[in-house]
Amino acid sequence: MKQLKIKTYCHIKNHQIYVDGQVVFSAPEADSMKKFLKLAFKHIKSGYAKFYKMDEISKLGFIAAEMLLKNKPYSDLRPEEVGVVLSNAQSTLVTDKLFQESIQNNADFYPSPSVFVYTLPNIMIGEICIRYELRGEQAFYIFENFSANFMANYINHLFLSHKLKACIGGWVDQSPGNYEAFLYWADDKIADDQTSIRHTGNELERLYNLTA
Amino acid sequence: MQKLKEQIIEQLNLEDMEPEDIGENDPLFGDEGLGLDSIDALELIVLLEKEYSIKIENPKDGQKIFYSIHTMAEFIQDHKK
Repeated sequence: MKQLKIKTYCHIKNHQIYVDGQVVFSAPEADSMKKFLKLAFKHIKSGYAKFYKMDEISKLGFIAAEMLLKNKPYSDLRPEEVGVVLSNAQSTLVTDKLFQESIQNNADFYPSPSVFVYTLPNIMIGEICIRYELRGEQAFYIFENFSANFMANYINHLFLSHKLKACIGGWVDQSPGNYEAFLYWADDKIADDQTSIRHTGNELERLYNLTA
Repeated sequence: MQKLKEQIIEQLNLEDMEPEDIGENDPLFGDEGLGLDSIDALELIVLLEKEYSIKIENPKDGQKIFYSIHTMAEFIQDHKK
């Protein structure tokens, strides 16, 4: 029976980007998440102008997805065969607060439509899916911490019930002054040998903690 | 018009864009122009209200008003309080 394996994974935290456990970009000079994301975006030369309109957590998820998908692992799959299942602890709290501040004062009441549209965490999934034209199963879950077992079980179930053939999974979280992304790509095309990483809770937990 | 261009760049987060990159008669929406979308249109309505105290009563008028920087500037000139 075919099994999902993890083909590639990306961590973004502490102003560094890791792909498959190796640092590929570092910007210690960035004095904020906003500045770091801008530097990272320029570094990856994506050229996707809509990036600038996204809120910070969507930018974070977008850059992690760019790192995973730059070699187009989805190229021989139909859009509806690729799913995206993400999770975090804070939902879009930072953006929610930003929007709340814009409507706090009756004398200066200018709710921003472009901030409002990002006050849901699944919008981040939407941005990734629009960018790569993915139309498979999508879900966003809120947990206190990254739940490797849930992620493995849920995505494996989607795979075994033939709802998808590949999936982006992971954790993208932002709280005031802190952020972290851990995204991975899993499909069933990787040969079963000693180097392959099975899509299990234990393996996800191990990969997630590699940069701890 | 320079000030209006700067306000649009700021309000719409058009980073990496300079005022001189925006032609005064270039269409703001659609593939040929700046490529703005429907959310940007709402932001432009907020910008007029916030910066110039101009309220657009009929959203259908937006298509003409927001056609270009030139049409926006004309509208502001005519309706500024």
